[in-house]
Amino acid sequence: MSEHVNITIDDREIKVRPGEKLLWAALENDIYIPHLCAIKEESRPNASCRLCFVEIDGIDYPVAACTRQVEEGMVVKTRSTKVDRLVKTAFELLLSDHNLKCSECPANRNCALQRIAKERGLKLKHNRFKPIGREFELDDSPAEFAFDRSRCVLCGQCIWADRVGAEAWIFGFANRGIDRVVTTFNNLPLAELKCNECTLCVDACPVGALYYKREQKV
Amino acid sequence: MSLIEGEKEHILACVKEVLGENTKTRENLIPLLQQVQHKLGYLPSLAMEKIAEGVNVPTVDIYGLATFYNQFRMNPPGKHQVKVCLGTACYMVGGDITLESFERRMEIKEGETSPDRLFSLERVACVGCCTLAPVVVVDDKVEGKVTPTRVDGIMLALNEENGKAAAEQKPDQSEGDDNGHS
Ligand code: SF4
Ligand code: SF4
Ligand code: FES
Ligand code: FES
Repeated sequence: MSEHVNITIDDREIKVRPGEKLLWAALENDIYIPHLCAIKEESRPNASCRLCFVEIDGIDYPVAACTRQVEEGMVVKTRSTKVDRLVKTAFELLLSDHNLKCSECPANRNCALQRIAKERGLKLKHNRFKPIGREFELDDSPAEFAFDRSRCVLCGQCIWADRVGAEAWIFGFANRGIDRVVTTFNNLPLAELKCNECTLCVDACPVGALYYKREQKV
Repeated sequence: MSLIEGEKEHILACVKEVLGENTKTRENLIPLLQQVQHKLGYLPSLAMEKIAEGVNVPTVDIYGLATFYNQFRMNPPGKHQVKVCLGTACYMVGGDITLESFERRMEIKEGETSPDRLFSLERVACVGCCTLAPVVVVDDKVEGKVTPTRVDGIMLALNEENGKAAAEQKPDQSEGDDNGHS
């Protein structure tokens, strides 16, 4: 097997590690593709956020870049009418279940949703889909940080950090469909579980759902 | 939901039995949960914890699985089980209002059981008699055109029945109301 694979993304020829997923190959070469749920070390990605679509020459539908391995000679476009439409819809759906108050949010100016909006010219506003307005109880039981599920994008980054990094096995997904949440066993407050407040999950959260209390705005 | 006397031992014994009879793998979790629920009537927290331990998966994953599927319930079935239909026809004529009325009268939410375990409240999708909408199933008996006023009537009847049963029966925790309902 050769040491690298040659692919072209947006007319740029790059050399990447064989077996690498397209998303990471692009990101490591400073080519931006929106993403929330992808985890580099995860061999079987969840591919749940539906934001990382790209077009690959020879395939007539957009493909999730986090699931597709690079292949020699692959020609990729990060933008197309189809891709933009899919990403816009996925983004708007996410926002419809998001407590969108950036000025009050600890992640303001350091937020993956804001970055996606900026990169793709999307509006951080409730527009086509009216906000669902799910109500959640704030879990501020840990000393240093808090969990506000109204800002959670269900990316699963905290679950990975909690399991692979901290080996605490506290976080997981629960419920189905529109009631889906990231939570703990029986929805218990974190302080009642074996959470030792290593804060790896807080650092992993790409938005303002898990945040340090010292960064709290209101 | 807090456990009643002797229930803890019963749960532990039951989970132990089910774990003993089955392969304890992640792939086998759903049948395990089904069997435990079949024996206990619901999945108490303690059972989920013990299954997690036995199969060696995080408790939160058991919780995730149990909350994903409608077939699993986390609350014990009440002595009287009320199921409100929210199928299309019933929903269109105010099934949600019927459900709300029950929630208010029972002081519990849909999916819950009253602390005295007299009532449990659920929603179902189309019972198959849409002409009677909004439909409610009370202990397997179908009730049609259940407006909030009818809800009051149904609750009155149930409470009366409970009052009688309590008067007749000396405090005796034995089973027996679980079978033979019409
Ligand atoms: S998580 Fe991001 S998009 Fe959401 S309110 Fe906070 S800063 Fe705004
Ligand atoms: S809390 Fe943060 S990291 Fe965890 S799933 Fe929600 S958005 Fe993702
Ligand atoms: S990053 Fe590919 S689907 Fe989320
Ligand atoms: S929708 Fe309620 S019985 Fe058919």
